[in-house]
Amino acid sequence: MSHASLRRRLLTVTANHGLGAYVVLRMADPDGPAPDAGQFTMLAAAEHWGGGEDERPYLARAFSVARFQDGETQYLLEDVGPASRRLCELGTGERVWALGPLGRGFTPPPAGRRALLVGGGIGIAPLLIWQDALRTPAANGAVQLDCRDASDDRPRPTVLLGFRDQERARSATLFADPQVAVDDGSVGHRGFVTELLEAELRRDPRAVVYACGPAAMLEAVRAICEREHVPAQLALEAGMACGFGACYGCAVPRRRGGYLRVCIDGPVIDAAELSHVEEYAGALE
Amino acid sequence: MSAAGRGYGHPDDDHRSQHGRPDAGQSAAGRGHGHPDDDHRSQHGRPDAGQSAAGRGHGHPDDDHRSQHGRPDAGQSTSFCGLELAHPIINGSGTFDAIAARRAFGAELDAAFPFAAFVSKTITLRPRAGNPPPRLWEAPAGLINSIGLPNKGLERYIAEDLPELARLPVPLITNVMGASAAELVELVTACDEPSQIAAIELNVSCPNVQTGLDIGSDPRLLGEVVDAVRAHTVKPLIVKLTPNTDDVAGCAAAAEQAGADAVSLINTLRALALAPRADGGRSRRWLGAGTGGLSGPAIRAIALAQVAIVAEHVAIPVIGMGGVQNAGHARDLLDAGAKLVAVGTESFRNPAVGAEIAQGLCADRDSGQTDRAAYPSLRSN
Repeated sequence: MSHASLRRRLLTVTANHGLGAYVVLRMADPDGPAPDAGQFTMLAAAEHWGGGEDERPYLARAFSVARFQDGETQYLLEDVGPASRRLCELGTGERVWALGPLGRGFTPPPAGRRALLVGGGIGIAPLLIWQDALRTPAANGAVQLDCRDASDDRPRPTVLLGFRDQERARSATLFADPQVAVDDGSVGHRGFVTELLEAELRRDPRAVVYACGPAAMLEAVRAICEREHVPAQLALEAGMACGFGACYGCAVPRRRGGYLRVCIDGPVIDAAELSHVEEYAGALE
Repeated sequence: MSAAGRGYGHPDDDHRSQHGRPDAGQSAAGRGHGHPDDDHRSQHGRPDAGQSAAGRGHGHPDDDHRSQHGRPDAGQSTSFCGLELAHPIINGSGTFDAIAARRAFGAELDAAFPFAAFVSKTITLRPRAGNPPPRLWEAPAGLINSIGLPNKGLERYIAEDLPELARLPVPLITNVMGASAAELVELVTACDEPSQIAAIELNVSCPNVQTGLDIGSDPRLLGEVVDAVRAHTVKPLIVKLTPNTDDVAGCAAAAEQAGADAVSLINTLRALALAPRADGGRSRRWLGAGTGGLSGPAIRAIALAQVAIVAEHVAIPVIGMGGVQNAGHARDLLDAGAKLVAVGTESFRNPAVGAEIAQGLCADRDSGQTDRAAYPSLRSN
């Protein structure tokens, strides 16, 4: 696991461009540790953070690293509240406080199983860096993969992406060879991404499912994988104040009782640890 | 989650204190506990506990903390209840998990530990899972939380966490909460033995099992509880006061009179968060446990006022906290009479902020900015 420094880093925005309904925010991060796929960063604009709508935002917000290449980190953002709005509006040269990488990321599939990536909406972000890692030799260093799993005969990951509409589906262009489902059928499969998942599992169930997206989608993925006895790793979202285990705010119920902290027990959590997935993200949008 | 399942009134959002033990004349030595804090009264430059509040108000404004830790030749070290601390900045209970932080930050956590002492999350006799989510709500310039004191219980804290916490480079203050004096006695007794625990802080926000009243909101009860646990430890005993009272100074005095070695304040202010209203629908409570506690910059001015009034009314050291974000805010609390300053919610935004504040205080001191003798003391206002 990549450790964060206790000290936040002050990063400079190198590019910010729209991609359909989303924004790709790129920042120079020359001193940052290479994140594991699935890890996240707490972000807050260095200026004008607070004093917006309802005198917010106050706390930093957690964002999955979407890409890390050549000392530059990329995040995929959607304007859903005062914090994400401020970050979406950042211009080149503006600065951002970053604490990370934090949390536990994805672990690669064992030999004999392919990686099946299932993303929904803005939740496709961590699957992008995970696809990068799975398609790149381990020597790249972006992700620590077991040598066995880095062999060239490892199957390419299968990527399934679901979106509410065509504008959001434009972000699918970030991926190599994705299958896309859109609710209204304007692009790709008309319907839910979980229908694509069920079809893929019928075709070949020897897979590990890696999923991130809305709670309802994750719950459907969890239930399908439980039914089909397919291991699944779910990247969860929960409102969190700190990102490093201090606030205990990001608790999600654990199947065997008690709670998991999404920030340090996750955000990538083995589906077998959960009896269901609920929506808890709303307060820190 | 059903609205009914949320209920209200969870115990995590504050801690009330109280009043009125009659033993104001008891000397530190007379307590017979041999606690190490034999110097706080003289440090504070206050004659004795019998002096009236009015009589204290005219002291020289520079008669307290600056003489203890504020001189360049003395470094930043601070003596607190017999503990020698590297600087006056600690964490508020429940706002930093050193064991989790070690997982997140690795060896740097210990090498650059941001606080001069570490205050644990609240420990209870039995394990607690905590409140059902959602547990957080962002307020204007603040945070409302309803965490519910999740912890692994006394036995596993001692067995599993103490060895981990003993590796920290700073003294450990263990925060405990019980639903009765008997529970608190058991907790305090258990914390008295391990050498890894340097001091004990009482969270008195728990509803009493017999009366249903929060221990800290009933002066008589608080006095009884502090008095009961006092005899069971020789370690410094800190009582964390609640701001949810109309007489915080009376509560502080009650704790002092019952034998507390220090008081800390403020805890969170009771607060309610309503979920966004669905079209045509009624507002509903957002937090899983109903109400919560407000922290962050939104409460800083309230903390300053309460710390100032408490510092006027007690001779024991005061740990001030509430919305501190930088060295200036910490300086304000020290000027108001606090001996130490705790950082809480700001650490969520910046886990290194404790160390940054300590450095800022040091820089202020070196540049002479702390010599405010020309200004009237907050305590005389």
